[in-house]
Amino acid sequence: MPSSIYDPASLPDILPLYYLQKNYFQNREFSFTLKDDIYVRYQSFSTQSELEKEIQKMNPYKIDIGAVYNYRPSQHNTVKSGSFQALEKELVFDIDMTDYDDVRSCCSAADICPKCWTLMTIAVRILDRSLREDFGFQHLLWVYSGRRGVHCWVCDEAARKLSVAARSAVAEYLSLVKGGDDVMKKVVLTDPLHPFITESLSVVEQYFTQYALQDQEILSRKESMDKVLALQDFQNERKPENRWRHVKDRASAKKGQHFEKEIMLQYCYPRLDVNVSKGVNHLLKSPFSVHPKTGRISVPIDFEELDSFDPFAVPTISLICEELDRPRLGEEELEDSSSQVDSQGGQGDVTERRRTRDYKRTSLAKYVKYFDQFLDGLSASWKGELLRKSDLEKDF
Amino acid sequence: MEFSRRRKKFIGGPQTELYGQTLQFYGQPPLENVSLIEFETFAVERLKLLKAVENLGVRHLKTSEDYEKKLQQELRSSIGLSDYDKQRKDHISHFILRLAYCQTEDLRRWFIQQEVDLFRFRFNLLLPKQKLEFLHRNNLKYDTVRIIEGISPSQVPFQDALDLVRTRKVYLRGGYVYIPHQDIVTIILNDFRTRLSKALALAARSLPAVHSDERLQPLLNHLSHAYVGQDYSIQKNVGKISLEQIDSLSAKSFPLCMRQLHQALRENHHLRHGGRMQYGLFLKGIGLTLEQALQFWRLEFIRGKVDADKFDKAYAYSIRHMFGKEGKRTDYTPYSCMKVILTNLPGQGDHHGCPFRHSDPELLKQKLQVYKVSPSGISQILELVKGMHYQLACQKYFELTHNVEDSNFSLNHPNQYFVESQKVLGGGKDMKREVGTPQRSKEKSATAKDVTANASQDTEGIPEDLDSYFLDA
Repeated sequence: MPSSIYDPASLPDILPLYYLQKNYFQNREFSFTLKDDIYVRYQSFSTQSELEKEIQKMNPYKIDIGAVYNYRPSQHNTVKSGSFQALEKELVFDIDMTDYDDVRSCCSAADICPKCWTLMTIAVRILDRSLREDFGFQHLLWVYSGRRGVHCWVCDEAARKLSVAARSAVAEYLSLVKGGDDVMKKVVLTDPLHPFITESLSVVEQYFTQYALQDQEILSRKESMDKVLALQDFQNERKPENRWRHVKDRASAKKGQHFEKEIMLQYCYPRLDVNVSKGVNHLLKSPFSVHPKTGRISVPIDFEELDSFDPFAVPTISLICEELDRPRLGEEELEDSSSQVDSQGGQGDVTERRRTRDYKRTSLAKYVKYFDQFLDGLSASWKGELLRKSDLEKDF
Repeated sequence: MEFSRRRKKFIGGPQTELYGQTLQFYGQPPLENVSLIEFETFAVERLKLLKAVENLGVRHLKTSEDYEKKLQQELRSSIGLSDYDKQRKDHISHFILRLAYCQTEDLRRWFIQQEVDLFRFRFNLLLPKQKLEFLHRNNLKYDTVRIIEGISPSQVPFQDALDLVRTRKVYLRGGYVYIPHQDIVTIILNDFRTRLSKALALAARSLPAVHSDERLQPLLNHLSHAYVGQDYSIQKNVGKISLEQIDSLSAKSFPLCMRQLHQALRENHHLRHGGRMQYGLFLKGIGLTLEQALQFWRLEFIRGKVDADKFDKAYAYSIRHMFGKEGKRTDYTPYSCMKVILTNLPGQGDHHGCPFRHSDPELLKQKLQVYKVSPSGISQILELVKGMHYQLACQKYFELTHNVEDSNFSLNHPNQYFVESQKVLGGGKDMKREVGTPQRSKEKSATAKDVTANASQDTEGIPEDLDSYFLDA
C-alpha cells in the first residue's frame, strides 16, 4: 500500500491529526477484576506507563477492555448523568464452548479437549470469512480466551463506530442456531438458501465427517443417534397420521430437503453470545491477560495456523515466569505480560514499543510478533486515512 | 369549520409548503400557535390511531390485505378535512405525542414502533412518482432514480439497511447490500427510525421546560399513561364473587400477574404497597365490594406478622382509599397492562408488575412449567417476550390455558383477561359486561376536565371528557 510509506515531508501535516487522537487512549475504559471477584470498572489512564503502574499496584486477576467514551471513564461520576456515553469500540465476538454442550459428547461446561476444539476452528473460519467478504472488514484479531473459547476483535474504523443497532444486526446475520433447551431443532432453513449459509455450510462440510462422525461419534452410539433422529420434525407430532405425513414429505423431498444441512449446522455452526457483540460498552477480556482459572495467557491466534492451534500448548503464567528467571536472574523487575494491552486501539508510543523487551526471551515472543504485525496493518490503514484527510483539507 | 378556514389565512411561510405533501419526515416542529383544545384533540386522535396501528399489527400480518384495509379505515377517520388540514393535524399531533412519549425508554420504543409502522403503511400508499418526490425533497442520499425506476438493484452501505441485513433478506458483499426494489422502503424506514429516535432523545432533554407549563404537563402525562380501551373501574358485577371463589378463580381466570400476586399473598400473608395496589384494584374490578376487600385482606394479613389491630390502623385505610372512601376520594381505576408494564417497576421483595416483562426469562419459564404450560407453548411465549410483545405473550398464555386457538380480542387489561376467561369458561354469564358503549369514567382526572370543558363545538364532535376517549375503543 503506497499510502502507508512514511514520508518525512508530510510530518507537519499529519502530526496535528496524530495528536488529536490523544484522547483516544485516555478515554478508553479498562476494568480490573481483583481477588475475590471484586470488579473495578471505569478505570482510565493518561499514559501507557500509568496503566502499567496501576496493573503492578493492583495485581488484577483479570483485565477487561471497554469502550472509548466522550469523557475519561475515571471521571464518569463527575459529568452529568446521561452525558457520559460510549463513542466507539471494536466490534467483538465471543464464542464459548459451554454453549455447545447439547452437541458435544466429549466434555461439558468449562472443559475442552482437542476433539471439541474443532468447533472453535470451524467458528473462526466461518466468521472470519463472512466478516471479511460479506461485511468488508479487514482488521480481525482472533484471540484465545485462555480457557474454553475464542474472541474476535474487529478493529476497522467502520466497525469501531457501529451503532448498537448495527452491531446487533451483524450478530443476528451471523446467528443461525436459535432456541434454548426447550427447542430440539435449533436450525431451520428455508428456500432459497442465502449465500452466507451456503458459504458457511461449505466450511462445515470440510470438518463434519472427521469431527462429528469420527470424533464425536454422533451416529455411533444409541443415545447420540437418538438425538440426531429427534431432529426430524415428526418426532414432535403426537398423532401417527401426522408422523406418516412427514415421512411422506421427506420421501418426496419437499419439506425436508435441507434436513442434513440443518443437522450439520446444529452440530457445528458457531454459537455466538449476541449480547457481547451488541453493546458498545460491553467489556471483553484483554488480549495477553492471564486467565485466572487456567493461568493461560490470552494469546492471539494466527489465522494461517488456525488448524494447528492447540489451546493446551498456550504458555501459562508459570511458564513465562520460569522462562524469565532462567537466563539472567534478578536483572529487571518482572514485566507483566499484560502491559502490552495498551497497544490496543491504535494507540502506541513508538519509543516505548521499540524498547527491547523481556518477553522476547519467553514463549510469548511469537504471539507478540504476530500481534505487532496485526497492529502494523492497522496503523498503516490508519495513517493512510490521515493522509487522505489532510490532502482533502489542503484542497480547500 | 369557520375557525379553521379563518386560521388558514393567517399562516404562511415554510409550513404551508410542508402541508402540501402527503407524507413527511417530521423534520421541523410546527411553528404556529395551537389552542389547548386542538392540542388535546389532535393528540388523543393520534394516540387512537397509533393504538389502532398497534392492534392491527398484532392481529394481522403487516403485508396482508386485511391489515391494509383496516388501517385504511382508521386513516379515513379524519375525512371531511381538507388535505391541508389533514397534513397540519398529522404534523402537529405527531409532535405533541413526541413530547408525551419521550420520557422513558419503554414509551419511546412503543412510540417509535407505531410511528414507523404507520409511516411504512403511508409510504407504500404513495404512487411511484410521489415516492420519488418524497426522496428528493428529503435529500435522502440513496441512488433514488435507479431505485424507484427499477433498472438495477441498488447498492447501499449495510449500515443503512440493518433490518434487511439482520434477516438475511439481501445479498451482502464487501459491506454493501444489494437491494431489490420493493425493499427500498426498509431503508427509508431505517432512516426514519434513526431520525425519530434521535429527535425523541432531544425532546426528552427539553422536557423540563415543557413541564414547567402547568397546562401541558398533566395532559402530557395523561397521554403517555393513557391506554385506549375499556375502563374496568365501572363495576357492573359488584358482589357477584364470593371470597371462597378467589382461590379457584386465580388458577383458572386470573392473568399471570394477578395469579402470582395472589400466590405470594397466600404464601407470605403480606404484599407490599405496589402489589396491594395492583392486586387490590384488580379485585375491585372483578367485583369485590369494599367490605369483601377489607375482609379478604384482613384475613390473610393477620395470618402473618400483622395483628388485627395493626391491620385496621395501617392497612384498612389504604383499602378504603382504593375504593374512593378516603383522602381525595378518587375511585381508582384498575391498572391496565400498559400501566403495569411501564410504571412502578418491582424491586426486591415485590411481586407486582408484569411477569412477562419483569421476570427473568428463565424464571418465567419455570413458573410456566409449574402452571403446566407445554414446552412448545413456553417457547412460543418466550419468543414473544424476547420480541418485547409482553401483552401478546400474556394472550398466548391465555390461549394455551384456555385451549382456544385464536382468541378474538387484543389484550390490554388484566381485568379484560378475567372477563374473557370467564366468557370462555362459560361462567361469565353474569359477569359479562356490555362492551361498546363508551362510558364516562368515574375517575375524574383532574388534569383533563378543565382543558376539555368546551371542546364540543369542534367539527369532529369531541366528547366532553378526555377519559371517554380512552373508553371508546
